[in-house]
Amino acid sequence: MSTTTGQRADRPTGAVSTPPQPPGRRGRALPLPARNLLAAAAALALVTALLMVTGDLTALRLAAVGYTFLALAGLQLLVGGSGQVSLGHGAFMMIGAYSMALLVLHLPMLPLATNLLIVIAVSVIAGIAVGAATARLHGPYLAGATLILAVGLPGIAHRYHDLFGGSNGLNVRMAGAPPFLDGIVSTSQWQALVVWFTALLGLALLATVSAGRLGRRMRAIRDDETAAAMAGIPVGRTKVVAFVIASAAGGLAGGLQAYVLGTVTPSSFSLVLSLTLIAALVLGGIAGLWGALWAAFAVVYLEIWASELAETLNLGSDVQNNLPLVLFGVVLILVLRFWPLGVQGALQTLRARVRRS
Amino acid sequence: MTHFINLTLNGLATGAAYAALALSLVIIYQATRLVNFAQPAFALLSVYAALAVTQLTGSYWIGFAAALATGLTVGAAAERLVVRPIARVSPLNGIIVTLGMLLVVQGVVGMVWGNEQHGFGYAFSYVGRFSPADAFAVGAVAAVAVLLFLLYRFTPFGLRMRAAAHHPEAARLSGVRVGLMLTAGWAIASAIGALAGMLAGPPFLSPNVFDTVFVFGITAAVIGGLDNPFGSILGGMLIGLGGSYVSGYLGSELATLSALVIVVVVLSVRPDGILARPTARKV
Amino acid sequence: MPQKRRDRQGIRGITAAALALALAATACTGAGEVGENGGVDLDVAPGVTDDSVVIGAHHPLTGPAAPGYLAVSQGAAAVFEYVNAQGGVNGREIDYRAEDDAYDPSTTIDVTRELVIEDEIFAMMGGLGTPTHSGVIDYLNDEGVPDVFPASGALAWNNTEEHPLTYGWQTDYTKEAKVQGEYIAENFSGESVGYLYQNDDVGEDSQAGLDQYLEEEVVAREHYESEVSDLSSQMAELDRAGADVVVCSCIPAFTALGMLEAARIGYDPQWVVSSIGGDTVTLQGLLEEFTQDTDAEGTSADAFLEDTLITSYMPRVEDEDDEWAQFFTAVYDEYGEGDRITNTHAFGMTQAVMFSQVLMSAGEDLTRQALVDALENQEWQGPGHVPFSSSDGDHGGHEGVYVVQYQGDDRIEMVQGPRVTDREGGAIEEPEGFERLLPEEMEFHD
Repeated sequence: MSTTTGQRADRPTGAVSTPPQPPGRRGRALPLPARNLLAAAAALALVTALLMVTGDLTALRLAAVGYTFLALAGLQLLVGGSGQVSLGHGAFMMIGAYSMALLVLHLPMLPLATNLLIVIAVSVIAGIAVGAATARLHGPYLAGATLILAVGLPGIAHRYHDLFGGSNGLNVRMAGAPPFLDGIVSTSQWQALVVWFTALLGLALLATVSAGRLGRRMRAIRDDETAAAMAGIPVGRTKVVAFVIASAAGGLAGGLQAYVLGTVTPSSFSLVLSLTLIAALVLGGIAGLWGALWAAFAVVYLEIWASELAETLNLGSDVQNNLPLVLFGVVLILVLRFWPLGVQGALQTLRARVRRS
Repeated sequence: MTHFINLTLNGLATGAAYAALALSLVIIYQATRLVNFAQPAFALLSVYAALAVTQLTGSYWIGFAAALATGLTVGAAAERLVVRPIARVSPLNGIIVTLGMLLVVQGVVGMVWGNEQHGFGYAFSYVGRFSPADAFAVGAVAAVAVLLFLLYRFTPFGLRMRAAAHHPEAARLSGVRVGLMLTAGWAIASAIGALAGMLAGPPFLSPNVFDTVFVFGITAAVIGGLDNPFGSILGGMLIGLGGSYVSGYLGSELATLSALVIVVVVLSVRPDGILARPTARKV
Repeated sequence: MPQKRRDRQGIRGITAAALALALAATACTGAGEVGENGGVDLDVAPGVTDDSVVIGAHHPLTGPAAPGYLAVSQGAAAVFEYVNAQGGVNGREIDYRAEDDAYDPSTTIDVTRELVIEDEIFAMMGGLGTPTHSGVIDYLNDEGVPDVFPASGALAWNNTEEHPLTYGWQTDYTKEAKVQGEYIAENFSGESVGYLYQNDDVGEDSQAGLDQYLEEEVVAREHYESEVSDLSSQMAELDRAGADVVVCSCIPAFTALGMLEAARIGYDPQWVVSSIGGDTVTLQGLLEEFTQDTDAEGTSADAFLEDTLITSYMPRVEDEDDEWAQFFTAVYDEYGEGDRITNTHAFGMTQAVMFSQVLMSAGEDLTRQALVDALENQEWQGPGHVPFSSSDGDHGGHEGVYVVQYQGDDRIEMVQGPRVTDREGGAIEEPEGFERLLPEEMEFHD
């Protein structure tokens, strides 16, 4: 099993990271970052095409897949990449979402791009704080600390009622498509495009980082912290950087969610969100960034399909209401039992088998 | 002054429930090196079983016994059938599958008993600043801790369990049935979790009733040190008391934040928990 | 390493280009500057066929908020089944679809959009919850979907300028609290009062009303968060401050918890409970387990509930003489999902009756415009006990409350008749010319 580094291009050379080209070979192939960005552009074109042929409901859900993908990619880097199991990713999303809502509420004249940059900055600060506080923790202790972060952070929204809106949260009217696109693109489609543009840009960055020196250092720490320290890797600093990357991705994702939904409440960022994120990531395949994509689809669509299934089966209301929950759990258990590497792992095995035959 | 005393007593009573839950988590961690997220769900199932049995028989204590029995069975079955085949491959997957079980059990409880609230009584009278029910909670958890200590330290069974947990290969060679010991560990832990549920469940049950209790339980386990059962007791009391004082003097919405602060402070000073023995790392 | 430097330069270059593009596309307008909205076309009838009409709602059917609110959609569904059994409304059966949002506003947005786009609902009826419904009220109004009778007492539903298609229903929290405040000031003058309230708009709006009459008498203001199921410190504080009367602006789970906690510490105030938390049937169900060490051992939860004052505007199921209560009980027995009928069911049932009535008034030629016209011109005569407003720029719904006292044995007594008021400093008055119709007299089905 090779560690996929999240290369998004469909290269015939396979999914393994290519070693850096020797200096004499320039012009032979584009550098990895450029390749990632090209792949991102191709993906964006695909998403745009998809949006043009579907309606507003799908646009909303595709947007959700987009920002969830971004959040999960950051989590993948942290958990699968540096081996730090965080159960509090929802907290970073919450920070990003509230930052975005407050910015638009109090400074409506700021353009969206500026808001997103500020959201990233705020998330980075949060990531530094959390990373520094947890750098000495490992395994279940880290998991426990991040868990209580996810549960405790909404308390701030309740405490500072006036600023954060308490239980009812904040409702913000977001600007729609720019005037020159009026009539061509609906607000929902525009928002989905913005989300995917940002998410794919972020993903290209994450993929590049993952394939580069920082990624190698993180994986070294994941595999054996002491050995990594002895090899000269600054363990503490790298671990914090991993957290910062995850928090930036998560915060940006949260900000995009606030942008799309126009509403932020503490209950949207409950413990259930954090647990669902990590569970879905393992379901999708924690080894690489592709797993994050399957996980994003799972998070958004499994519950919807389960609800629809429940309705068609027409069972008693107690059964119907709880069916999505049970179904997600059962799917999780079955996938972990039979496809321990998640959906992406299963796909890779399939591809290898097909190629061999 | 009375206010402080009341808050202290409240904190001890709630802390007892956290301690019991922390204890159940620690036992499973010691046995299988996994954090069992499904523990609150097993506790939930156990308590609802007690509810059903109490309604049928009219006796609280028969229901109590039913809860413990349910905990034993569910814990054993989960370890043997679901967790073992998966944790063999990857510990992270082992943890995530417990999350899957959490969802399934919580959902099934909702399917069978509905999402409405059910009133569920205490073991003894709940009246009074430090009621008989509160005293029972603290007493029961203390008794369990002592019994566990005796079990592990002074019985052959306990020795076998410890061997299976710390040195499975050597234990196997000595004739210890490692698999059985793991299952037994989960069973005992879930029975204790059921006890925690009976303490924390009242007054009103619903499928989500243990969500916050569980988080505090994990926190208590973590700050107490996952390798030491007495650490769970200490951790539980700390979290319980801390939350009580913060609620009383500063506001109830800060209770979870106070737990976060306690965790950060404790783990910064002692990353392996308060009562953990510092382990030398093999290089 | 030259390759790495080229990598970094490459990535910086392309990132910069991308960002510049993004900035250009979005920098023209601020993120919060929303453009003018074109008008919506209401002469449409999605979800309407010759023999059916689809209406939707979002409710917490699972999750921590579900207990207590589940009964609303159950009650409404029962009434709609009854209506359909009588032949429907103007020959059309009502297809009522209540979707689960688990009280999570993100989910509410998704299910609402699904209801509007895929289910093509004609109108939304009884969307439940303040944080949840606030997230979709803009969308519904923008899409021209009549937003009829949101299930919450928030003041936000009565805003005809921004949300002309939203018609409030519940007596808002301030109006209710004003009547409570005046009643306490008159009947418990000289006694200390404590507030126990939910820490959101329920508490805020309720205090605004109560303070108009009780500012001098208040000795403690305690709040709770619905996520934290513990009232020990709050009740201890109310006891310490010596509050003889406790006004509880709470949901039933917390009313019960508060009463239980008070019994635990031996504190016995006069409880005044709002309509949202005053369903004695639910409270009985929750509290009957805990009478073991009080005076009323072995009996119902009357030990806790006796003498409790409750404000209300709907028919109450404990009132045996109320014809609407009898009607609801009969309908629930036949079409409901088992279990005892509670006032929460009655909430949903009253909403459903009133919606059916206005649907009837909209006529056979059913368009959204027809529904809106019907709402604006409807003469409301119950089933609630207070006047109802849905026209002339006032979409506030029920305009006041009456006061009952629980007598034990599932009986209540009306101790103050219906009073109406506004949400500002206006006086509280008895309604004039309000006549309630009986179930047989009201036209809400064929």
